[in-house]
Amino acid sequence: MTAPALARPGFVERAAGVSDSARWLGRLMLAPAVLYIALVVAVPFLMAIGYSFSNVTIGTSTPRFVGLENFRNALQDPAFLKALGNTAIFSLVSQTLVIVLASILAIALQRRFRGKWLVRLLILLPWVAPISLGSIGWLWIFDPVYSVINWTLRHVGILGPDSWPIWLGQPNLAMASIIGVHVWRTMPLATIISLGGLSSIPQDIHDAAEVDGAGFFRHLFVITLPLVLPILLVAVLFGLVFSVTDMIVVYVLTRGGPFDSTQVLASLAFFKSIDGGDLSGGAAVALFLLPVLAVCAVLLLRLARRAEVV
Amino acid sequence: MATVETRALRKEFTGHTAVDGVDLTINEGEFLVLLGPSGCGKTTLLRMIAGLESQTSGDILIGGRVVNDLPPRARKIAMVFQSYALYPHLSVAKNIAFPLKAQGAPRESIAGEVDRAAKMFGIERLLHRKPRQLSGGERQRVALARAMVRHPDVFLLDEPLSNLDAKLRNLARDELKQFQRRLGTTTLYVTHDQVEAMGLGDRIAVMSGGTVRQLGRPQEVYDEPADTFVAGFLGSPPMNLVPVDGVLVGFRPEQLLAPGAPASEGVGPAVPMRFAVERVENLGAGRLLYGTLPDHAPDQKIIVSLAYTVHSSIEAGRTYDFRMHESNLKFFDPGTGRRVPARPLPARRSA
Ligand SMILES: Nc1ncnc2c1ncn2[C@@H]1O[C@H](COP(=O)(O)OP(=O)(O)OP(=O)(O)O)[C@@H](O)[C@H]1O
Ligand SMILES: [Mg+2]
Repeated sequence: MTAPALARPGFVERAAGVSDSARWLGRLMLAPAVLYIALVVAVPFLMAIGYSFSNVTIGTSTPRFVGLENFRNALQDPAFLKALGNTAIFSLVSQTLVIVLASILAIALQRRFRGKWLVRLLILLPWVAPISLGSIGWLWIFDPVYSVINWTLRHVGILGPDSWPIWLGQPNLAMASIIGVHVWRTMPLATIISLGGLSSIPQDIHDAAEVDGAGFFRHLFVITLPLVLPILLVAVLFGLVFSVTDMIVVYVLTRGGPFDSTQVLASLAFFKSIDGGDLSGGAAVALFLLPVLAVCAVLLLRLARRAEVV
Repeated sequence: MATVETRALRKEFTGHTAVDGVDLTINEGEFLVLLGPSGCGKTTLLRMIAGLESQTSGDILIGGRVVNDLPPRARKIAMVFQSYALYPHLSVAKNIAFPLKAQGAPRESIAGEVDRAAKMFGIERLLHRKPRQLSGGERQRVALARAMVRHPDVFLLDEPLSNLDAKLRNLARDELKQFQRRLGTTTLYVTHDQVEAMGLGDRIAVMSGGTVRQLGRPQEVYDEPADTFVAGFLGSPPMNLVPVDGVLVGFRPEQLLAPGAPASEGVGPAVPMRFAVERVENLGAGRLLYGTLPDHAPDQKIIVSLAYTVHSSIEAGRTYDFRMHESNLKFFDPGTGRRVPARPLPARRSA
């Protein structure tokens, strides 16, 4: 036997050691995700931070550091303040609705009934269907002339002959509409997350509550909901962050109108920087809620850990 | 306190029958043990009585009242689950208080009742803890306290000791029996452990394949098994079943008397029975002998157990003159497995 043959066992051992070690294997498997996040999220994110402290616009070649000026300007801009308020209303109202509706749906979906798979499929549909496709459907539903809602309401008799709401054309209705579509769109994920939480509760716990004499509401509010709370919180966190940072519903349905009544921070940042060319101003708008979101995330994760049960 | 009765109770799951026509009456204050192998339908039967599972057919009566359509909370029962099913997010005190609150007990009385239950099970100092901070034995006590705190008519227990280690299980078994005696609550207790069943039960119902094979006091079920299943399920090692002239002859391993061992009194004369010993196992507290009965069934292996107090020297490879009280022999139909009347043992002496 020669030297290479003698060396082999050591090499094999070391190789096996690497793949056996959970730490290295874990790092190896995480690497693609980390790389992806670094390139697609971290780089633009850092660029945005850089932009927000400069006076860069589309076309400038020598950006200059301007400190907090972009943020100061934003705060004095009525359009920005309006978008800030709209973002708060949009996110909080839609996510409150989502969490309540998703919990109810998830609890209903836990029971055994005929045609359950069909209901499940219908609920999941908004999640798997491309949002552009869904939004075209909604555009038709909200169409000023052919609105399906109006047609239905009139035929049921709720809408009088003189009223014909223009869903996307009247400020309050437009806000209600985009909230409605956003709820429709984000509810599947929240429902699936809640379902996961619900099915992690052992059946024995439910049986014990039943035998112990709990009625429907006691069972729901003292046993079931507290036990899924940590997971519901995760759904809320996801939903909130997603709602604050997402602009697709606004972009497709209203473009922020009418009169900026549905303009949210994400869409404002987009219109300002891409359409308006004001990269630094747009970046400041986009980054404005970052500290709030970060605090929000930390808070919710803390809560989730505290409420952890098993 | 109440009686519990099931009449021709059946439960079918898609494709198979889990409980197949069970008639059972539990007397007031009685401790009845449901004993049977895994999968024989014990839990299903218990859950139907609790109202957690609806029966396919048959009736359930609690306190003489048909409760078929009543939900669990209207049946005045309490249940202890194998997993204990403590509410993981509530403290021990709140766990115990839960049934009281659900029942709408007056707020002022709840704390007192919880304390009383906790004292009874010796868990006062655990009241503020969460279930995950308790040991298995402590969890079991909390589950029992939660079950008894609102004075149910009936206790239903599903293998509540199976999660405890062997030592703790003996202790807990003894305690459980004492609590039940003190409270006098009608109790149905499910287990697949024959030692638990023999030790705890006022009566034992032996189940197999969804039916009750035999119902009786522990000694009765042990001494007079109704069929070969019961004979083989109880006792360790179980009853020897030897085919002799078209019947199965059964006797307990400890009933074959070694040469020199004293005969029991009051069970009639002992007849000789030769035993060819093939192997001896010394267990410390006694001996197990493996071998055959050359005069009756030379091909059938049997086991004989000798008590610690029997000192006769027994060696493998030799044949000894053992004796047997004829009244200890049980006879079974080899086809149906049911008991048949006793008969004289036909000896087949090899010429
Ligand atoms: N929900 C169910 N659906 C279908 N079959 C079931 C269901 N629950 C129980 N069974 C079946 O019914 C039979 C009896 O089950 P059961 O749980 O009553 O047994 P057991 O006597 O309690 O057993 P163990 O000692 O293992 O707990 C088993 O064959 C089981 O597979
Ligand atoms: Mg069971």
